[in-house]
Amino acid sequence: MILPPLFSFRISCEKENHTMYDIAIIGAGVTGCAIARELSRYDASVCVLERGEDVCCGTSKANSAILHAGFDAAPGSLKAEFNVRGNAMMDALCEELDIPLKRNGALVVCTKEEDRPALAQLLDRGVTNGVSGLRIIERNELIRMEPSVSDDAVCALYAPGSGIVCPFEMTIAFAENACANGVSFFRDTEVLSLHRTTEAGGGYEIRTVRTGTETEHIFTAKIIVNAAGVYADRFNNQVSSRHLHITARRGEYFLLDKTAGSHVSRTIFQLPSAMGKGVLVTPTVHGNLLIGPTAGDVEDKEAVNTTQSGLSALTASCARSVKDIPLRQVITSFAGLRAHEEGGDFIVGEASDAPGFINAAGIESPGLTSAPAIAERVAAIAKDLLSLREKADFIPVRRGILRPQTLTMEERSALIRRHPEYGAIVCRCEMISEGEILDAIRRPLGARSLDAVKRRTRAGMGRCQSGFCSPRTMELLAREVPMAVTEITKSGAGSAILTGVPPKPQKDGKE
Amino acid sequence: MKNHDLVIIGGGPAGLAAAVSAKDHGIDDIVIIERDKEPGGILNQCIHNGFGLHTFGEELTGPEYADRFICQTAARKITCQLNTMVMDLKAGPDFKTVTAINRKDGIFQIHAKAVILAMGCRERPRGALNIPGTRPAGIFSAGTAQRLVNMEGLMPGREVVILGSGDIGLIMARRMTLEGAHVSVVAELQPYSGGLKRNIVQCLNDFGIPLKLSHTVTDIEGTDRLCAVTIAQAGPDGRPVPGSETRYPCDTLLLSCGLIPENELTRGAGIRIDPVTQGPVVSDSLETSAEGIFACGNVLHVHDLVDYVSLEAAAAGKNAARYIRGGRSAAGGTIAIRPENGVRYTVPAFISPDGTDETVTVRFRVDRIYRNHTIAVYFDNTPVSRRKRPVMAPGEMEQVILDRKKLAASPDLHSVTIRIEAPA
Amino acid sequence: MKQQELTCIGCPLGCTVTVTTNDLPGPDGENILSVTGNTCPRGDSYARKEVTCPTRIVTSTVRVRGGTSPLVNVKTASAIPRDKIFDCMNAIKDVTVTAPVHIGDRILSNVAGTDVDVVAARNIPSAEV
Repeated sequence: MILPPLFSFRISCEKENHTMYDIAIIGAGVTGCAIARELSRYDASVCVLERGEDVCCGTSKANSAILHAGFDAAPGSLKAEFNVRGNAMMDALCEELDIPLKRNGALVVCTKEEDRPALAQLLDRGVTNGVSGLRIIERNELIRMEPSVSDDAVCALYAPGSGIVCPFEMTIAFAENACANGVSFFRDTEVLSLHRTTEAGGGYEIRTVRTGTETEHIFTAKIIVNAAGVYADRFNNQVSSRHLHITARRGEYFLLDKTAGSHVSRTIFQLPSAMGKGVLVTPTVHGNLLIGPTAGDVEDKEAVNTTQSGLSALTASCARSVKDIPLRQVITSFAGLRAHEEGGDFIVGEASDAPGFINAAGIESPGLTSAPAIAERVAAIAKDLLSLREKADFIPVRRGILRPQTLTMEERSALIRRHPEYGAIVCRCEMISEGEILDAIRRPLGARSLDAVKRRTRAGMGRCQSGFCSPRTMELLAREVPMAVTEITKSGAGSAILTGVPPKPQKDGKE
Repeated sequence: MKNHDLVIIGGGPAGLAAAVSAKDHGIDDIVIIERDKEPGGILNQCIHNGFGLHTFGEELTGPEYADRFICQTAARKITCQLNTMVMDLKAGPDFKTVTAINRKDGIFQIHAKAVILAMGCRERPRGALNIPGTRPAGIFSAGTAQRLVNMEGLMPGREVVILGSGDIGLIMARRMTLEGAHVSVVAELQPYSGGLKRNIVQCLNDFGIPLKLSHTVTDIEGTDRLCAVTIAQAGPDGRPVPGSETRYPCDTLLLSCGLIPENELTRGAGIRIDPVTQGPVVSDSLETSAEGIFACGNVLHVHDLVDYVSLEAAAAGKNAARYIRGGRSAAGGTIAIRPENGVRYTVPAFISPDGTDETVTVRFRVDRIYRNHTIAVYFDNTPVSRRKRPVMAPGEMEQVILDRKKLAASPDLHSVTIRIEAPA
Repeated sequence: MKQQELTCIGCPLGCTVTVTTNDLPGPDGENILSVTGNTCPRGDSYARKEVTCPTRIVTSTVRVRGGTSPLVNVKTASAIPRDKIFDCMNAIKDVTVTAPVHIGDRILSNVAGTDVDVVAARNIPSAEV
C-alpha cells in the first residue's frame, strides 16, 4: 500500500497503480526536501519518493551539523559557490522555517609553527570564495576565546560566519513547508528503476516498491530530481551515459552529554596536515558536544556501523586540537555516510543526455549548508524546462513544534492550562513534554517511529538514551497513529521494538 | 508560591522512608514530589522476591516492600504529589526554591525550609559503553526491558544476550527465560560478577545460562533489528583479545552495565558532586554542600540492598527534621574521611564534630574482590579498629560504624582513614 | 557414587560445595555420603537441601481487567520444587483477574499440584470510570 499523500489536489492524473506528477524528487534528505520546498513555490505537481520511513533518514541525520563558512572548498567549484550562497541564505531561511541556528564561529587550529603557510593558504582560499570576516588570530587571543584549545596551538583561522544548526529540524522544516504547499511525500517508497518513456513529450517512468513489502507502484514524471544520496549514481547511470561514481565515505562520531557542551564554544577544526584532515570538536545547537568525523571509504552503502578502530581513532585525534575533553561523558556514538563523487565536486544540473533528469548528486560536506542554494539552482532549471509560474498562495512560513522551554514560566503555565499535556514530562533528560510528542505525531508528515519522534522532539536523545521514556512514547504512538504497540518500530520496516512472544491470552481466574 | 517545611524529591524507597522518618521526628508539613503516576519508584517493576530481609525479616517482592512504606506514609497523612516533575532546585540559606511542573498546576514553585534529594539513579546506556557496530532495534537497558515485561506485559524479543552481570541483568535473564525467551549467554567485562551469588545460582545456574566473566560485546550487527552480537574475551587492559571472538545470533541485547545517580538537579543547584559516586558529597548528617539540602538512596550512591536505602533515608529524614526545627546547619564538618587502599569512596565524606548521634555509619565499596582482608580504621595515623572480612566484593556495600564518644575523645582529629589491609 | 558441585548462596563468599551421594534413591537425604568445601554449617545444610529438594519462590505477572495497571505481579505463597517452575509458569500465564486486586489475594490455588497458592503481590485498584 502506498501511503496516501496529504495533499493530493495537485496530482495531474491518476491511473490504476500509476501516479503522474510534473516533478518527482528521489530522496527526502536535506537536499531533496530543500528542493521540494523551493519547487513548491511554483504551479507544478511535485512528489518526493523516500525509501525510509521518514524524511532525514540517511546522510542528513548523521553529519557534523555545521553551517560552514566556505573557506574549505576549492575556488570555482560548485561546493564553494553553493556553500557561500547557502550560508548567506541561512539566517532568513531559519527565521522563516523556525530552524534553530547559532552562528558560533569556527576556528581552524594550527598546532605547528611550520604549518602556518597552510593556514594562510586557507585564509586566501576563503577570501577568494567570498567568505567575509576571516582572520588569523595568534595564540594569546585564541586562548582567550577558547581556553580548552590544545597546549600546542600556535594560531588559528577564525571564521565568525560559521555556525551550528540542527540537521533534523532543517530537513523536517523543508519537508513540512513543502507539504503545506502541496508537495506529496511518499515515505517507505523505494525507487527500483527509472527509464525514459517513449510517449510524446518525454518524461520518465519510475518503478517503486513499498519498503519491506513486494508491492510495486509506478510513478511517472516529466522531470526527475535525483537527490538520492549515496545511491544517486545508480539512478543517474540508468538514464545517462555520463556515468557518476559515488563512494560511501563513512564518518564516525561521538556525542557527549550536555554537561560537556560548553567545553568549547566555537567549532574547532584541525588544520589538514600530513596526519589527515583531522576531526572537529563542536558544541551542537542543542548544547551537546560533538566530535568527528573519521573518514573511511566503505563498499557497503548501508554500512552505518561504528567500528572499534574508528572510535579509537576519534579518541586519539580529538586531543590534537582540544585538551581535556571529558570522553567519559559520551552518550552515544554513530556513523554517517558521505556521498563522495569521484570528481570531488557536487553534481548539480540537468544531465546532458537525459532531458528533464536533474542531478543533485555527490552532495557531501558542505551539503547541509549548500542545500538551499542547490535547491534554488535546481528549481530554476525546472522552472525553465516546464515554464512554471509562481503560485500566489505560497506559504513561506513554517512553525516548528512548540517548545515550552522557550516560554516564560507564566506563558508556560498558561499553555498548560489550555493544553495540560504540556505539563506532563515524558523525556526527563531533555525535559520533553507529552504535548511536544503529540505535536510531532499529529502534524503533517508526522512521526511514526521512535526515532522519528526523537528527531522531531529530542525525546530519547539525552543521557539515558530513551531508557526511561521509550515505553511512554510507544504508548503515545500506539494511541495516536493508531497502531498496535507491537507494530511500533525504531526506524521503520523491520525494526519493530517488541518481537517477543505475543501478549498473554485472556482467561478468567482469581478465586 | 507555596511554602512547605520539607520537600522530598522522589517517591521511591528513599523518599518514602525519609518522609516517614521526618514526620516521626516532628515535621508535619512535608510534600513528596514524584514524577511517576504512583509512588514506589523502581521497586514497582522489581517483581522478584528477596527484598526486606533486614528491614522486615521476610522476603518480599519489590511492590510489597514499596507498599509497606506507602502504607506508612498514608497512615501519617503525608502528601505525595504524583505525576509531577521537579525541573529546578535553587539552594539558599533561608529557603530552597523547588520549581516543578504537572498537568494540573502548570509550572509552580515551592519555598522549602529543607529539601531531601531522593531521585534515584539511571542505567548506563549503550552509547556510554562505546560498543561499536550498528544501531538497530532490540538493544535495551535491562531496566527498560524489566519495565516492559513486568509492568506493560510486553516482550522485547525471543533470543537474548545480556551484557553485564549486575543484579538487574541476572534477574532479567531469569525473567525472560520464564516468559519463553532463550537467553544464550551473560557476558561480564570484569573477572567477577557485580551481582549477588544468590542471583547467579537462582537466575542463571537454575536455567543453564552460561556466565562468561572477562568477556564483552565487541560488535553489534543488524540494520533494522538486531541479528547478532560478537562477544570476545577481555584482556587485563579491558580490550578484546584478538581471536577470542564468538558470534551469537540474537534479536535482543540487554545491558546491565552499571547505574549512575541522577544528579542533574543537584548539579543545577551548584551542589558539590563526588567524582567516584557521582552523587553529592555529604556530611555524616547526609547534608550536601548546600545547607538544608540532604540526600539519600541511590541518588547519593548506588546501593546493593534496598534495606540500606531505607536506613539511610530514615537518617536523612531525621536530620532534615532536626535542621528544620533548629534552623541551623550541622554542616561545616572538619573531620575528613579518607578512602584509601582499596576503598573506592565513603559516604559520608566528612564528619561534623558537633553531631549528636551516638554512632556514625560510614558506607563504602571496595575496588575488587578481597578474601580474608581487614577493614582498618585510623584516626589520623593512629589505628583504632580492625575488622576481618572473609570476602569483600565491589558488588556489595561494606560499612564501618564509628563511635561518637571516641571521635569526641580526639579533639584535634583531622581525618579518619579507612583502608583494606592484607592479613598480617 | 555421584558428585555435584554447588555454589553456596548463604553469603558473598560463595563457597563451592561438593556433595557426594550414592546411587540409591533417597528423598530425605539419607543417600548423601559427604558434603565438602563449605566453610560454615550453613553451607552444609544449604547443600543438603539443594541436592535433595531444591525449592524456589516463583514470581510473575497476570493480566488485570479494569485496573489502573494492565498487570498485577504475583508470587507463590511459599517456595515450590524447582522442577515445578515451568509448570507453575504455564498455569499462571493464561490467568486474567478483575480489579481491584489486593496484596495476598489468592490468584490460583494448589498451583501445578504443589499444594502452594499463587497470591497477588501488589494492590491494583479499579480504574476510575
